[in-house]
Amino acid sequence: MSLLQIKNLSVEFGNAANPFRAVENLDLSVDQGEIVGIVGESGSGKSVTMMAMMGLLEGQGRIVADQLEFDGKNLLTISPKERRKIVGKDIAMIFQDPMTSLNPSYTVGYQIMEVLKVHQGLRGAELKARALELMELVEIPAAKTRLEAYPHQLSGGMSQRVMIAVALACNPKLLIADEPTTALDVTIQAQIMELLVNLQKERNMALIMITHDLAVIAEVAHRVAVMYAGQVAEEGHVPRLFQHPVHPYTEALLSSIPEHSKGARRLTTLPGIVPGQYDRPKGCLLSPRCPYVQERCRAERPAITPYEHGAVRCFYPLFDKEAQ
Amino acid sequence: MFAFILRRLGVLIPTFFGITLLTFALIRMIPGDPIEVMVGERSLDPVMHAAAMKRLGLDQPLYVQYFDYIGKLFHGDLGASLKTQESVWKEFTTLFPATLELALCALVFATVVGLLAGVVAAIKRGSIFDHGVMGVSLTGFSMPIFVWGLLAVMLFSVYLGWTPVSGRIDLQYDIAPDTGFMLIDAWRAQIADPELNAGAFKDAIMHLILPAIVLGTIPLAVIARMTRSSMLEVLREDYVRTARAKGLSPARVIFIHTLRNALIPVLTVIGLQVGTLMGGAVLTETIFSWPGIGKWLIEAIGRRDYPVVQNGILIVATLVIVTNFIVDILYGIANPRIRHAK
Repeated sequence: MSLLQIKNLSVEFGNAANPFRAVENLDLSVDQGEIVGIVGESGSGKSVTMMAMMGLLEGQGRIVADQLEFDGKNLLTISPKERRKIVGKDIAMIFQDPMTSLNPSYTVGYQIMEVLKVHQGLRGAELKARALELMELVEIPAAKTRLEAYPHQLSGGMSQRVMIAVALACNPKLLIADEPTTALDVTIQAQIMELLVNLQKERNMALIMITHDLAVIAEVAHRVAVMYAGQVAEEGHVPRLFQHPVHPYTEALLSSIPEHSKGARRLTTLPGIVPGQYDRPKGCLLSPRCPYVQERCRAERPAITPYEHGAVRCFYPLFDKEAQ
Repeated sequence: MFAFILRRLGVLIPTFFGITLLTFALIRMIPGDPIEVMVGERSLDPVMHAAAMKRLGLDQPLYVQYFDYIGKLFHGDLGASLKTQESVWKEFTTLFPATLELALCALVFATVVGLLAGVVAAIKRGSIFDHGVMGVSLTGFSMPIFVWGLLAVMLFSVYLGWTPVSGRIDLQYDIAPDTGFMLIDAWRAQIADPELNAGAFKDAIMHLILPAIVLGTIPLAVIARMTRSSMLEVLREDYVRTARAKGLSPARVIFIHTLRNALIPVLTVIGLQVGTLMGGAVLTETIFSWPGIGKWLIEAIGRRDYPVVQNGILIVATLVIVTNFIVDILYGIANPRIRHAK
């Protein structure tokens, strides 16, 4: 059985009469030891899905799902108190901007030790030793003096390492990295990514990597889910999905990577923008922008359908192209 | 930090001179002079009037009077009251504990209730409680002290009879003004003579409650609104989301991770309320016949007691400035980003 099993998850915001569906009928499963990438444009519901799963939406969003299970526990019916025993311990999350994700008023050491105190009940010398160990695990130089440092005294890369140390403190079974390198500069990005992947291998934990960066996914992930306007458009294994995208959106996404358009005078783009709250099409959400659009696409919404190598939400998947 | 303190001190000097000039000018702009007020309605012999003015040094040109005043200040001479001949400093120190006691109680009331109301309003944003607190605090902030004070006296003292109308303690008690703080003095008197002074402490509290609430209302409103908006701002911060993602209890998220950071701007606002309290004390003390410096200054203005007005206001202003200065330093302690700034 999968470590994380999400079936038919929807998240709505706003009033009940005119709700905005940030996530719609989303299926996702993650196994132990697996790296799953979630890619999509801004506002496609990547982060909201994970926040909903962790219970971080704080009553702002309405969460509906057929199944939302982690490690055999039903996250839909669990009490907030029980959830807090899982969140931060078995499921940990790191965020996009490390510089603002640490509390400016407390030392780095305090913020690491806080999780250890709350979830594992460590105290005194043992607590300090474990915090130091974690700082060394994430390869922070001069870890001992850095324990006393405040977040504003650290660089972005160092702050993200601290965030990783906090996340790994209780040996989580699942780590969610929400665009962990977006706010960092390029050389640091590679270091942080390498650290994350090494730690994932070492501890055989599941890792969900949310990102815009297809190159990162191609390099590290085992599976990938491509999201568009709150839905999973296509899901499949890496590298197959990159070689043979079957959803028009995935194809467009891949062809917008500069390396894939060598020789072309301009980068290929999809005209138009992601539909917002008020301009959702009646049919397939991609239909106004899709180069392969048919009459049926404008009238009905396709469901996500499994096929040989994954699953795709399209009436006319690009299997033929693959054969050519 | 040291340079920070020096820079702040540098600003104090012109402020200080500004205050002397302002009080000196303002009190002299009021028609009439000390002698006329003293004599009152009766006709005054111009010769005697001139002689009295000369005796007080008030016949000199204004700039001479001003430099004379500043010169004395530099020698630490705050002058004496024209009415009592008592030194201004001595009168001030005798009366100040009463004002301090009132202001402190008002500030404690405003801070405790204001913080609590602000925090709860922020957490329950958009609820009836939130709208209620914000509505009441807007009313409290907008209501002049003399209106609110008189209404409170009418309702609680006259109509309901819960609290005494005025003064610091009932006349039946024999309280030695050892510390000048009525709560402490009454407590000690009650212990020294339990029979005669039975209930003195409770009586002192009953006298204090209403003026403290009236004086604390405006600071309370300001603190509650500031706490609420500051909390709402911090609740949106990424590190609060991190705190939740760590699986911390809601109480920990609110008090350790949110309130600590939200308090930084609130602290400055609380410091600024010292000025409001001193200004408000003048009105509150007059309404409740509270024998503090507010009432003292009002009476001094009434009888054109120049030294008392000038130097009394100067001392109060200095106190306000010094308090704000201390708050600035506390601000640095509360916020590590400022503490570490070179």
